[in-house]
Amino acid sequence: MNEAFWAPFADNEFMRHALFAGVLVSVLCAFVGVFIVLRGLAFVGDALAHGVLPGVAGAMLIGVPGIFGAAVGAGVLMGGVGLVTRRSRLSGDTAIGLFFVGMLSLGVIMTSRSSSFSGDITRILFGEILGTSTTQLLWQLLGVSVVATVVIIFHRPFLLLTIDPDLAQTSGFNASRYNAIMLSAIAAAVLASFQTVGTLLVFGMLIAPSASAALIARRLSSMITIAAVVGAVSTYLGLLISFHADLAAGATVVLVAVVIFLLIFVVAGSERHIPPTHPTHGAHH
Amino acid sequence: MTINSDRSSHEEALLEMIDLAVGYHRHAVVDHVNAIARPGSLIVLMGTNGSGKSTILRTLAGLLEPISGDVSVFDQIPGAEPRRCAYLPQHPASLTTLPLRARDVVSMGRFTRLGLFRRSKSADKSAVQDAIHRMSVHPFQDKPLHALSGGQQQRVHLAQVLAREADVLLLDEPTAGLDAQGRNAVARVIAEERAKGRAVVLATHDLSDAEPADHVVLLAHQVIAQGPPAEVLTDENLRACYGFTDRH
Repeated sequence: MNEAFWAPFADNEFMRHALFAGVLVSVLCAFVGVFIVLRGLAFVGDALAHGVLPGVAGAMLIGVPGIFGAAVGAGVLMGGVGLVTRRSRLSGDTAIGLFFVGMLSLGVIMTSRSSSFSGDITRILFGEILGTSTTQLLWQLLGVSVVATVVIIFHRPFLLLTIDPDLAQTSGFNASRYNAIMLSAIAAAVLASFQTVGTLLVFGMLIAPSASAALIARRLSSMITIAAVVGAVSTYLGLLISFHADLAAGATVVLVAVVIFLLIFVVAGSERHIPPTHPTHGAHH
Repeated sequence: MTINSDRSSHEEALLEMIDLAVGYHRHAVVDHVNAIARPGSLIVLMGTNGSGKSTILRTLAGLLEPISGDVSVFDQIPGAEPRRCAYLPQHPASLTTLPLRARDVVSMGRFTRLGLFRRSKSADKSAVQDAIHRMSVHPFQDKPLHALSGGQQQRVHLAQVLAREADVLLLDEPTAGLDAQGRNAVARVIAEERAKGRAVVLATHDLSDAEPADHVVLLAHQVIAQGPPAEVLTDENLRACYGFTDRH
């Protein structure tokens, strides 16, 4: 019986690669996912995850690695959102939404024009965690190192920014500069992850483990750690279930992450939603 | 127009506003504001809601560009010396998703001095502890901020400002939501900061906050009067500002 828990990984190299890749994605997504959850940037994360689609499709058309096209797609999306927000009175959400649907539509049109994309579109959207190559693992390792270093170095301005951009600014940390750095770190995490779990599912790994962590953590560092652990456990369980039940691996991993969130929410989450209490005795003495 | 200049020489000014107009999107909310803060000064911005008090403070904090006139903090543009200038906004944000403990929120006041890389040292820890005690935050310092009452949260935010050990304090209605004891604590802390040679710019509705000031700017969508409290806080001016006087 115990064998069922480890044998798929011991016997199959593709399962070991998938596990390693999934854990790296979990760690990567934990470092930026916490800020997405805390700052309410889910929509930006979603747009970034999908906005890379035409970039990937374009890169495949001209025969360069998808990650370069994805980087261009992320750059166009963030640049466009920034431009519309600065030059008009439209809110950031509206600008993000416009570029999000625009880029997604463009991506679908590009892939639908060519019959050679018929299998690729699924691969782009859902990834192919079971086909992770050593090169992809190395890219991910690089992504984890860069993003983790950025978050560790900038954790003070990032935390202040998470509370209030004005607080960051008056504390001597240029709010727009650190906001741009944070968004770039999110984009880097998406770029390093989408080949493994796909553009649709990378979003799930950005949100679900960090949302679980937000229910139990009291500090930023513990929130990142819990998010990474929840992501890694989801990866292991998801891959195991998908192996035995012959299910789509990437989707199962993300679904497990969401189920873990719901379990934590039921067990621990409800207490966190008590409205602020009235003054406690002794507080004013 | 009276500018408080009797304390000491012009060179010592920590903060100056000369014929300053402040506002949003090039539209002035209030103009012709004049004040000079020297070490130990208390400047009080007093007026109705929407009279421009917060806009002046946001400009002094470097969050808004001035519309016209001159403004300097430590002889530089506002915001250039964040280590020496602490700002308490009218409605400080509280991160509700992550239940940060009150003392962690106070510790963030040291981030300006610590920058990106410096580790917190004993001087930083003692500044935080001192601020926690001065604002009586210690009974609930381990509780998450969002579980505290509005008045307790305000004490935490004030302690964060004190932990910065800044030379100029910009306080936007610091007594909002505080009970009588809390208001007394704020008045005591302001007096202590002034005694240390720090300058305080305070926005308030409360006449009693303005009485110990060196310089009062009375606002009601325009400057009604500005100068020493004895000259500014007359029944006539207060009636022009609020439509009534609350002296009696």
